[in-house]
Amino acid sequence: MPVIHYIQADGAEYEADVAVGSTVMQGAVDNMIDGILAECGGSCSCATCHCYVDEAWFGKVGEAGATEKTMIEMAMDPQPTSRLSCQIKVTEELDGLVVRLPESQY
Amino acid sequence: MQKVIIIGSGHAAAQLAPSLRKQGWKGEILIIGDEAYIPYQRPPLSKEFMVGKKTDDEILIRPLSAYGQHDISFKLNETVVKLNPLENTLTLSTGESIGYDRLALCTGARTRKIPIPGSELEGVFYLRTIDDVKGIKHTLDAGIKGRAKKSVNTGDSANVVIVGGGYIGLETAAALRKIGVHVTILEMQDRVLARVTAPEVSEFYQRVHAEEGVQIHIDSIVSHIEGEGQVSVVHCKSGERFDADLVIIGVGVVPNVELAEEAGLLVDNGIVVDEFGQTSVSNIFAAGDCTSHPNALLADSLTNGRLRLESVPNAMEQAKTVAASICGQSLPYASYPWFWSDQYDLKLQIAGLSQGFDQVVIRGDHKNSRSFVAWYLKQGKLLAADCVNRPKEFLVAKKLLSRGDIVDPDKLVDESIDPKTFLQ
Ligand SMILES: Cc1cc2nc3c(=O)[nH]c(=O)nc-3n(C[C@H](O)[C@H](O)[C@H](O)COP(=O)(O)OP(=O)(O)OC[C@H]3O[C@@H](n4cnc5c(N)ncnc54)[C@H](O)[C@@H]3O)c2cc1C
Ligand code: FES
Repeated sequence: MPVIHYIQADGAEYEADVAVGSTVMQGAVDNMIDGILAECGGSCSCATCHCYVDEAWFGKVGEAGATEKTMIEMAMDPQPTSRLSCQIKVTEELDGLVVRLPESQY
Repeated sequence: MQKVIIIGSGHAAAQLAPSLRKQGWKGEILIIGDEAYIPYQRPPLSKEFMVGKKTDDEILIRPLSAYGQHDISFKLNETVVKLNPLENTLTLSTGESIGYDRLALCTGARTRKIPIPGSELEGVFYLRTIDDVKGIKHTLDAGIKGRAKKSVNTGDSANVVIVGGGYIGLETAAALRKIGVHVTILEMQDRVLARVTAPEVSEFYQRVHAEEGVQIHIDSIVSHIEGEGQVSVVHCKSGERFDADLVIIGVGVVPNVELAEEAGLLVDNGIVVDEFGQTSVSNIFAAGDCTSHPNALLADSLTNGRLRLESVPNAMEQAKTVAASICGQSLPYASYPWFWSDQYDLKLQIAGLSQGFDQVVIRGDHKNSRSFVAWYLKQGKLLAADCVNRPKEFLVAKKLLSRGDIVDPDKLVDESIDPKTFLQ
């Protein structure tokens, strides 16, 4: 199973096995990793699953859709590698992915 | 060892249990639920799950193993029938009695039943649980088998009659149109979504559903349902009749407060809690759809200062508050409600609570397009925004609400102005 590294704003690091086909958001929720709220359960409606994809990985996670892009623009502290983690599907290629979580989702 | 028992295994419970661990609760955590499943997402039931795009496992909030890792245990298929607050025990339907140190009521709500003749016929459904949707799907499949979506009664495309034009009814209609059945909505008010939106928004949804082939009948009060064993016709008081292979009734919910009420806890359209999620008994807490709670941020909209909400974000927020309270910390609940509804290509996101508005202004063309915002104001102050395919305005509205900023209504509707600038 691909391993995903979640780094919280205070530097705390978590590693989680996340099944192929699941999402980076779901991996955090399953493992009760704070920093991802995911209020809408992954329907791209809340922007409370915002994360920063590590630069080395940004090209591998796919492109954000139009709604996601707009939501990111309005999220707290958006950065060039910002994504909504519920929209990143986990694949074998993402084994080792590193994402950083923002200080706050609001 | 100290023990927390959570009654109800829904969205609030799924947040409360892990939050207790995060806040440092070292004792036992037991969730008792009367459904057969560990907590799952209800919103997809009327959306992706209804049309088979998601499986049971895919709508679980998290897998069972995740709870195991945090030493959270379940008793499923078990109903709590009595609370004994003086002894700190509860009683299950099996007669078993279990003791607790702290209790959290996360009993949610159940569908409102309409007492009309024929509502017990086969093929008549309500919609709240996975099992409800499985029943609906099974009936459709039985009628459809082999011959694309054929009605068992007439041999034509199956007819589904939805009673109630609220969000759940409309979402279900949208989902069912995707699989090509005939859908009729019967709404007793003079417009859909009458309880929760402005007339402009109702008008918009009625137009889109008509464009998508749904028959909406307003001012239609169902008098009885006809059928021999299996439903066949829905009759309205007006005398109108509608052929039906399947009837789905979505006329709202009632909070599950009886346990609390019988135990002497304060109940007022929901289990009464304070901003810390505490009920009138000090070691009993409550969160989610079953609560009547204060919200300091909404003083302008609330008549008696209390509110009962039916939404996932509210259940999650309240659960976090209760987790903190149980662990001896303080995280008073005060947040702006928000909600979403997905139908066809429409993503509706609602920020705030429109209740009590005295003015609505529309940004965009709700009459001809599928993208607009209805801003709700009271004495010039923003209360809420219904945003259809307008994710930017939605997030701007959320921020405006939390900052309490006043924006000139002329600006709110001016499409030449980037909504982002409202925040400056
Ligand atoms: C079809 C549908 C679509 C929805 N769509 C949305 C949406 O898009 N967005 C949104 O925000 N919200 C939506 N909602 C509302 C949302 O699902 C609820 O607000 C949420 O489930 C509330 O969580 P809860 O934990 O308070 O209650 P629930 O999820 O209802 O959980 C309560 C649980 O407690 C159990 N229980 C009750 N009494 C007892 C007892 N005595 N003993 C044991 N168990 C008991 C119940 O059976 C239930 O399993 C939707 C709801 C439905 C039905
Ligand atoms: S979980 Fe809501 S947008 Fe990702």
